Amino acid sequence: MRLSSKTTTLLILAAVIAIAPVFFPSSYYFRVGSLIFVNGLAVTGLVILIGYAGQISLGHAGFAGIGAYACALAPVHLGLHPALAAVLGAALSAAIAFLVGRPILRLKGYYLAVASLGFGILVSMVLSNEAQLTGGPDGMAVPELGLRAVLKAIGIDLSNTEFWYAFSGLVLVIGAWLALNLYHSPTGRALRALHGSEVAARTVGVDVAHYKLVAFVLSAVYASVSGSLLALQNKFITPDVAGFMHSIEMVTMAVLGGAGSVLGAILGAAILTTLPQVLTVFQEYEQLMLGLVMMLVMIFMREGLLPSITRRIRGRAE
Amino acid sequence: MSLLQIEGLGIDFGGVRAVNDVGFALKPGEIVSVIGPNGAGKTTLFNMISGVYAPARGRVALDGEDVTRMPPHHLARRGLSRTFQNLQIFQSMSVLENAVAGHHLHERGSVFADLFSLPAARRRSRASEESARALLDRVGLGRAAEQEAGSLSYGALKRLEIARALALKPRVLLLDEPAAGCNAVETEEIDHLIAKVAAEGVSILLVEHDMKMVMRISNHIVVLDHGEKIAEGEPAAIARDPRVIEAYLGAQATEAQNADG
Repeated sequence: MRLSSKTTTLLILAAVIAIAPVFFPSSYYFRVGSLIFVNGLAVTGLVILIGYAGQISLGHAGFAGIGAYACALAPVHLGLHPALAAVLGAALSAAIAFLVGRPILRLKGYYLAVASLGFGILVSMVLSNEAQLTGGPDGMAVPELGLRAVLKAIGIDLSNTEFWYAFSGLVLVIGAWLALNLYHSPTGRALRALHGSEVAARTVGVDVAHYKLVAFVLSAVYASVSGSLLALQNKFITPDVAGFMHSIEMVTMAVLGGAGSVLGAILGAAILTTLPQVLTVFQEYEQLMLGLVMMLVMIFMREGLLPSITRRIRGRAE
Repeated sequence: MSLLQIEGLGIDFGGVRAVNDVGFALKPGEIVSVIGPNGAGKTTLFNMISGVYAPARGRVALDGEDVTRMPPHHLARRGLSRTFQNLQIFQSMSVLENAVAGHHLHERGSVFADLFSLPAARRRSRASEESARALLDRVGLGRAAEQEAGSLSYGALKRLEIARALALKPRVLLLDEPAAGCNAVETEEIDHLIAKVAAEGVSILLVEHDMKMVMRISNHIVVLDHGEKIAEGEPAAIARDPRVIEAYLGAQATEAQNADG
């Protein structure tokens, strides 16, 4: 059971991504699907930070902003291909996470939350205020990735929404695979150990500061790639991608679905991405219902949706 | 030649001298017990030796090297490991994973290899899992390996902490009340385990309230009272020492008074 949990998770995820389009009545659903995958990728990164290492960040949208604007700016100013621009954005996010993480990860709990919040706000301020470079709050255009044209040349003809559904789905599966590998590895054990007890982790030789930084940098790269994917598929980007609300959304998705489980967090992303659309039937009460659902889940399923539900099913089976 | 040398160790908490001028030494394979009434400073002493607290005064030397104020993860690399009086178990992990986590120093490698689950990373994990299973068998938890750690009894968790500490292949092992909360049978098992580990050349520093156990397995006893060392010697001599008897009886008398009041 424990050994196969990685394979099971990946199979479920891949199967859902591959089979879901059969039930899509219109191309709009491909669009919603790819948004779920983009959010799911950022949230998978947060599973490493929150679920494995037990650290919090309310500023990860800042890294999504760096990834998104790298794809907008690097092709124009450095002449880079958009795919390389995404890689550059990820490298830049990793470097910034390394520098920012060192001082702030010494803080714990809500002190860390506030410090990371400050970082996120800083990035979104820079993106809004450097108008000559970023277009300010009006945003800026992002060049075409060009992969769809390549696929068409070799005979795979996908519509724009279909392509982004498949491509972000693939990136999400890869991201989930890496995160699950990490969970069962020596690094993952060190992260979960320091989550369980920092003092005990230290006494078995875990360099706690180092491993917190590892988790922070990895999750920043996930957020950055997620921001790049969003920019490339929208072909337009505004500073909102780095905004405070986006950071909060990411953490809420992870915690609601189950921050300790990759599949749970992705489920959280799926629910919070689609729920606002579903709740439009309540018209002006939409936000109210959304808030109510979130509160009820946290009151009755403290570990998040997926872990709570699987625990209940297992409890009944025994 | 002593493996662990403590000299004049002391720390203050808010102007109160919690521990003052404590010194003793441990030879390889020796079992030294620290005893004393509640609040005598035994756990504080442990925390200073294991790097959890930074001592204000004094010196700790491990195999001749000054390791005073060294962080715990550096001490672990030098072969010093410990257990905790108030359990510090990795609750969300299985029993096996707790024991595997103790192998951190032997299994850590590049994060890149771990992310991509490269053969090197899998080999490291497999090796530490095999060793962890052997250690769990040794402390009598082999059959509980797949259980969630949180589901174990108090006594079993104490043994799990010992298995995790042994995973480091330590030269010095600090055990903080390993038999607390254990029944007579479990205490005897832990007793045998400690003696066997010491026989393999590991120096053991023990804090324990079970006096029968302390008298039976210690080579040497250090007695603390109000943060100071009041006596030190072989078990038989300590049992007769008037200062020790007074410290214990005095404490009991005070406790009795408190209970009456």
